[in-house]
Amino acid sequence: MAQAQKQSHYPSQLKEEAEVQRTLSVIVDNEPGVLARVIGLFSGRGYNIDSLTVTETEHEAHISRITIMTTGTPMVIEQIKHQLERLVPVHRVHDLTLEGEPLERELALIKVQGRGEKRIEALRMAEIYRANVIDASTEHFVFEMTGRAREIEQFIVIMSELGMIEMARTGIAAIARGKADV
Amino acid sequence: MARTMTGAEMVLKALADQGVEHVFGYPGGAVLPIYDEMFQQDQVQHILVRQEGGAVHAAEGYARSTGKVGVVLVTSGPGATNAVTGLTDALMDSIPLVCITGQVPTHLIGNDAFQECDTVGITRPCTKHNWLIKDVNDIGRVMHEAFYVARSGRPGPVVVDIPKDVQFATGNYVGPANIQHKTYRPKLKPDQPAIREAVEMIAGAKKPIFYTGGGVINAGPKASKLLRELARLTGYPVTSTLMGLGAFPASDKQWLGMLGMHGTYEANLAMHDCDVMVCIGARFDDRITGRLDAFSPGSKKIHIDIDPSSINKNVRVDLPIVGDVAYVLEDLLRVWKSKAPQIDKPALKSWWKEIDGWRAKKSLSYKNSDSVIMPQYAVERLYELTKDRDPYITTEVGQHQMWAAQFFHFDDPNRWMTSGGLGTMGYGLPAAIGAQLAHPDSLVVDIAGDASILMNIQEASTAVQYRLPVKVFILNNQYMGMVRQWQQLLHGNRLSESYTEALPDFVKLAEAYGWKGMYCDNPADLDDAIKEMIDTPEPVIFDCRVANLANCFPMIPSGKAHNEMLLGADISDEDVGKAIGKEGKVLV
Ligand SMILES: Cc1ncc(C[n+]2csc(CCOP(=O)(O)OP(=O)(O)O)c2C)c(N)n1
Ligand SMILES: [Mg+2]
Repeated sequence: MAQAQKQSHYPSQLKEEAEVQRTLSVIVDNEPGVLARVIGLFSGRGYNIDSLTVTETEHEAHISRITIMTTGTPMVIEQIKHQLERLVPVHRVHDLTLEGEPLERELALIKVQGRGEKRIEALRMAEIYRANVIDASTEHFVFEMTGRAREIEQFIVIMSELGMIEMARTGIAAIARGKADV
Repeated sequence: MARTMTGAEMVLKALADQGVEHVFGYPGGAVLPIYDEMFQQDQVQHILVRQEGGAVHAAEGYARSTGKVGVVLVTSGPGATNAVTGLTDALMDSIPLVCITGQVPTHLIGNDAFQECDTVGITRPCTKHNWLIKDVNDIGRVMHEAFYVARSGRPGPVVVDIPKDVQFATGNYVGPANIQHKTYRPKLKPDQPAIREAVEMIAGAKKPIFYTGGGVINAGPKASKLLRELARLTGYPVTSTLMGLGAFPASDKQWLGMLGMHGTYEANLAMHDCDVMVCIGARFDDRITGRLDAFSPGSKKIHIDIDPSSINKNVRVDLPIVGDVAYVLEDLLRVWKSKAPQIDKPALKSWWKEIDGWRAKKSLSYKNSDSVIMPQYAVERLYELTKDRDPYITTEVGQHQMWAAQFFHFDDPNRWMTSGGLGTMGYGLPAAIGAQLAHPDSLVVDIAGDASILMNIQEASTAVQYRLPVKVFILNNQYMGMVRQWQQLLHGNRLSESYTEALPDFVKLAEAYGWKGMYCDNPADLDDAIKEMIDTPEPVIFDCRVANLANCFPMIPSGKAHNEMLLGADISDEDVGKAIGKEGKVLV
């Protein structure tokens, strides 16, 4: 099939290039439907969304910042950036990964149920990972953890052995290092 | 300076302020306040179509033949959904449209109210941008922004959705002078270093080609003029996509004809073998490139486009230049003239010799007949008998469209209107109506197919109402010919549902609408019949009976590269059957 794809008049995505992961910061006018436009672009054109966060960042100016983590070949990533820039309410798009190693953080809320040994172990691990207890009873904890996505993943693996029953994650917020703004 | 008025009044005021003369539309409950205002003014003329789909295509024909923004007015729900095909068509072909849709009153939005649909949701992916207006004070600003967005940068359709209560409400109108869009500022002027590099690359070419597209036409008549100048200065060959026909004169000796799937042998071979390709306002569409990994393998590529997302989408280019074609060509010519570079004349001469060898194949030749009208012959005669009248040509979609592109020749931009990107059957008649309205004294012909014409035949009634003498020239082969051709090539000639069993009597159909109906099935009578058609002051449907099973060649079969074209002249059915390998068949 892959061989045949190449034979078609509909060109297959030339996949010679390896895929890369990029964190994009999209500065948009906070008008109705703007998020739908961005998400619709990704679904309509078959791009990947690994993580997406959005909130208004400049209230006076009604400007929101959408942080998108996406994977694709460099050619597709270029397309994604140009397609985003083409949306009318988009002010600008920054490829934070390309511009330097950005600071990326995510928040997770993790509910763990249990008694005895496991409960103590959970609390001990939370300390190591610098997660805070924000709710507790004799039978549960809710941990709040902020960190890199990878650390959160590790923490979740551990907690799932220790009675994790539920979790919520925000997705990644990212910002460039250094004194300049975007 | 703000003025108090109702929302509906603002809509009409904004249209007038934008210099709009014609609106194509169809009324309904949710736009009645706007229609009431329409009734009470005489600056904007409303053209009542017979189906909203027709309104959008008519606005496309109007826009493409004038360079202005086309305007559409439809009601909520079914009015808006009927417009979706045309909006998508305009998005694919970069045609500036403003489509105003009525919406149910604000307090009912989301309630599944009568004739409610999520118009901005449905049209989001098929417009350049859209707005739902919830505050009457926004109408002026949004309307003017809508026109700005539709015509600026890479043009496209926009939708302005206005709930009925907002049309009734009173508020302040803002005129066009005070509008500055917050974010949308397309880049028109190119970077100068890229221009200098381009001049060097172009001048240093040994086997150059200009590959031009619809962007040249969208950039206005000046861009076409500059393209001609560049071609003259360099002496390089020029080809064009379907959408770009007319930007460069077909009568020029540097013209290679259209390229792509049904393009000429010389155009496609020159694309394949060139060493410098200058793509001007085209987008490396899959109908153009064929097999991507075999597309012009040895060339350096320059891509001039106003839309950065068109660059490096399908084909990696060596030198991207973002900007409006007219600005880019102007700069390019200026630098060219001041540097006066030496081009490699001997190399160019032998390149032309090679091209002339390909030309000698006469890839558009076909076997003519005394007994039956060949469709190619019909278009050739139509061209010969109308070319002195500077006609406007529209088409439907199918074989007839490709034959029109191959055999009708255009020397000027904005004369050729066809649905390229979306390939919408039913485009041609309403588009012809729009073009005729904009050019009331010109000859406007829709070169149609027997199947396509039925998709928007109701617009025949619109033509009568506004005394628009459009001519519909049907290449009637009794088949969905293009579908039949592909079935023959790819599906063992099993003609599944591509034969239209009960076609109407087109002459009587014409007469039922108040048109003149004509019929011709004899090559010997064809010239006189065509002359009669163009001399008729009323609209005409011309049922031109052509050979039923003719195929459209040349053709780059599925899965093949540019240098593996099928030529029509001496091809047998067996060759046709063998032309596409098994792998190609699976995937077309
Ligand atoms: C709205 C729409 N439906 C289906 C198609 C697929 N299609 C492409 S060409 C064609 C046949 C057109 O037949 P006709 O108008 O008779 O033109 P011919 O090819 O015979 O010249 C069809 C069905 C299309 N392009 N548009
Ligand atoms: Mg047909």
